[in-house]
Amino acid sequence: MAPRQRRRRLVGLALLVLGLAVATIASIAIGSKEIAFDGVWHALTSPTGLEDDVVIRELRVPRTLLGIAVGIALGVGGALMQGHTRNPLADPGILGVTHGAAFAVVLAIFTLGITSLNAYVWFAFLGAFVASGVVFLLGSSGRAGPTPVTLALAGAAVSALMHGLVSALVLVDRQSLDAFRFWQVGAVAGRGLDVLFQVLPFLGLGLLLALANAPGVNALALGEDVARSLGQRIVQTRIIGITAITLLIGGAVAACGPIGFLGLVVPHAARAITGPDYRWLIPYSGLLGAALLLVADVLGRIVARPAELEVGIMMAVFGAPFFIVLVRRKKLVKL
Amino acid sequence: MSVVGARRGVRIGPFSWPVRWRPLLLVVVGSALLVLVMAVNIGLGDFPITLGQVFDVLLGGGETRHQFIVLDLRLPRSLTAVFVGAALALAGAIFQSIARNPLASPDILGVTWGASVGAVSVITFTGALTGSVAEVGIPLAALGGGFFFGLLVYVLAWRKGIEGFRMVLVGVGIAAIAGNLTTYLLTVGDVTDAGRAMVWITGSLNGRGWEHVVPVGIALAVLMPAAFVCAHLLGALQFGDDTVRGLGVRLNGARSVLLLIGIALASVATAASGPIAFVALAAPQVAVRLAATATPPLLGSAVVGGLLVVGSDLIARTAFGGFEMPVGVVTAVLGAPYLMYLLIRGRREARV
Repeated sequence: MAPRQRRRRLVGLALLVLGLAVATIASIAIGSKEIAFDGVWHALTSPTGLEDDVVIRELRVPRTLLGIAVGIALGVGGALMQGHTRNPLADPGILGVTHGAAFAVVLAIFTLGITSLNAYVWFAFLGAFVASGVVFLLGSSGRAGPTPVTLALAGAAVSALMHGLVSALVLVDRQSLDAFRFWQVGAVAGRGLDVLFQVLPFLGLGLLLALANAPGVNALALGEDVARSLGQRIVQTRIIGITAITLLIGGAVAACGPIGFLGLVVPHAARAITGPDYRWLIPYSGLLGAALLLVADVLGRIVARPAELEVGIMMAVFGAPFFIVLVRRKKLVKL
Repeated sequence: MSVVGARRGVRIGPFSWPVRWRPLLLVVVGSALLVLVMAVNIGLGDFPITLGQVFDVLLGGGETRHQFIVLDLRLPRSLTAVFVGAALALAGAIFQSIARNPLASPDILGVTWGASVGAVSVITFTGALTGSVAEVGIPLAALGGGFFFGLLVYVLAWRKGIEGFRMVLVGVGIAAIAGNLTTYLLTVGDVTDAGRAMVWITGSLNGRGWEHVVPVGIALAVLMPAAFVCAHLLGALQFGDDTVRGLGVRLNGARSVLLLIGIALASVATAASGPIAFVALAAPQVAVRLAATATPPLLGSAVVGGLLVVGSDLIARTAFGGFEMPVGVVTAVLGAPYLMYLLIRGRREARV
């Protein structure tokens, strides 16, 4: 590797970490209730139970931590997904994870009348796992094993099926619709630390698997035949990758609802800096995902004061134009 | 791979083309099935009419009361279903061929979500208004939204020409904006409006009359032949850009014309029925597997699309007792397992 490229990647990484730090501070300091910086500092170091302290410690800190965790998960999951399907349109939800989770949540609302976020988490996880398992089995049932095209199409088919069932339930039952339409937007607000701790083990395991999977994905990018001749165990690499994606995206969806766009776009943006090497792309995507999610969340609190706009909406409406500019300017690295 | 040279060709005057039996068979059998399912769909309802009577009326005879029910009430709905399905599938086949990506469809390229933004804004902001405003305003807003966002993708993706990969990524960005605007609009209004909007987003054929048939029919009559004229370009576009140029195709011109045809088809169809899910993605992929061709066959995709929607409408109307499901729910539930079955059975994976 040329030393210049290496330096560029390292400098980029440092800048990203710095950006994430700034976004974290902004996310803790800015909100519908105005709190000065010394108040924030006071709340973080020596809380005395003032109203400001409670706002910071009970609302903003959990929300920020959750945003970082979910942003990393979505960014990394997205990069991995595009690597395994070699399809620029494959967002992490294409494995059926998002719609599987949505179906399980709606089913829980519809049949059991559950309406608490903490209970949604487990149903969402269950749905995500079952759906991605089905997609993987379907996608790998052809003679060639799991190929990018069959995986993507199987994912699209399962997602469509789940989506159809969700629509059916929601249209029949007014109460489910009312609960579901707010879950569906995707938000980091209103979740406590307990939700984060519920999903954190899954996200951590997924992240480790993803990092371990990076060299394998690099080989797969050369095409399956070349990868095989290089000594890659293709099916094993795929299974590890898909498990990682399911853990990461399933955890993120369970905690926050479906936040689209991020997982699809962040890897493309990161690839413009790092090039196609997944050992760099995965950490970059994670950091960039976390930073973008926090920025979108903060913006959502500023634009609609004193109310808020959900993070998923902000991200698409303000992130997409930047993305389009990037797509137009850069010579894109193709998958 | 079969050898192209071994195929027998047909030559009429200066034109010649290879005969392929499976695509032809798909179109013939598909069309026959289409007519049959349409007839069954027309016959079933609160006032059942036998198949023979349906065909009598369609051929110009029959009793007067049957004529009214068939021609004024049920035929337009079935025709809307067929036309919308065909138009969406055709648009999907075009987009998938141009982008060389089986996941490309009007949903991903901003058209259907753009239409949703238009329609849902009308539903949300004029919630109390019904009747003529809703009847005229929703399709018009959907048409405008679809065209606007579709053309926006086209314009933004243009940079010294249209390139498949860039177009797809720009489409993703635009679709994300439009999709999230729609989701946001769903949370703004009260739950009744959200329910009506959900029905529209899912795609419904309820109460569709001749006023819906005519625009889609005209669009199909104009744009489908145009697509067929360009079909040979589509065959060339499956290769890499350099190869396409080497074959002597004007890359940008060909892509632009086909894209605009696709955007127009998808917008008009979505305006008539709402974005019926999955048809544009699934129908070309089903057709390509049934016909065993390299790229989605245009006519075959249109037939499969029409069949999928009219068959789904039949189920949506009759299978749930008195309750009528929006047809978009059934297309996914009906189409997805079939596509899965084809994936499992597929020995040779056709690449798009």
